[in-house]
Amino acid sequence: MELLIQLAFIAILLVIGLVVGGMVERRHFSSLAMREADLKLVMVFNEKTPPANVEYRDAFLVAGSVVLGEDYFKRFAASLRSFFGGNMRMYESLMDRGRREAILRMKEEAHRRGARAVFNVRLETSSLGDGGSGRGMFSAEFIAYGTALIQSKG
Amino acid sequence: MSLRTDRMELTNLETVPGKQVVRHLGLVQGSTVRSKHAGRDLMAGLKNFVGGELKGYTELLNESRNEALERMIQQAKATGANAVVNVRFSTSNIAAGAAEVMAYGTAVVVQ
Repeated sequence: MELLIQLAFIAILLVIGLVVGGMVERRHFSSLAMREADLKLVMVFNEKTPPANVEYRDAFLVAGSVVLGEDYFKRFAASLRSFFGGNMRMYESLMDRGRREAILRMKEEAHRRGARAVFNVRLETSSLGDGGSGRGMFSAEFIAYGTALIQSKG
Repeated sequence: MSLRTDRMELTNLETVPGKQVVRHLGLVQGSTVRSKHAGRDLMAGLKNFVGGELKGYTELLNESRNEALERMIQQAKATGANAVVNVRFSTSNIAAGAAEVMAYGTAVVVQ
């Protein structure tokens, strides 16, 4: 009986993870697409040296970061997946979301402060381990940072 | 992320565009170790079932990053610099529930 209750509990968590987690992910992707379209004007480069033929009057550091956690269903699917090996698509989408969100937040800051270009962009990811849940669920931090440049009017 | 930089120029390029580096003053760095409090941890734990952004942690790490930058800037000021170039960030998870955030760069004088 007790085993049955435990199984039911896990099943409920899985369904919640699948339904709510899936919804959160779809919403995030559509919000990313919208905001990326809005910020197309801000260009992002990972080269160190800005073009020499353009004059810049201001330069400052901009950064964006986000911490994303996995849902219960992803955790379960991943543990199955890691048994058979292969692409872990549930995590690929998580990493994609995190990185795009961090870049977007960096671009938003650059835009707010009047810059149209960000140079020498660095991306960093670090795992924060289990998010305090004690269930081995992981969360990861994504950081994007670079130097925003403002052209002098010429 | 808003920084109070007090006339200190920060870039992660090797120079400050539009200005000349006249003097190098060496490496400066600032770091901070923070842990989230139990309330935040609990909320994040619950949020972790459905996935998505863990806002408490995002805020925490942003605050830590600003603090690390602020300390780096203090150090740069103490050496007489007016800019820090080639700034890098790094985060490491040093213990359960605690993260170190570090910022480092090269202090320079620009004109």
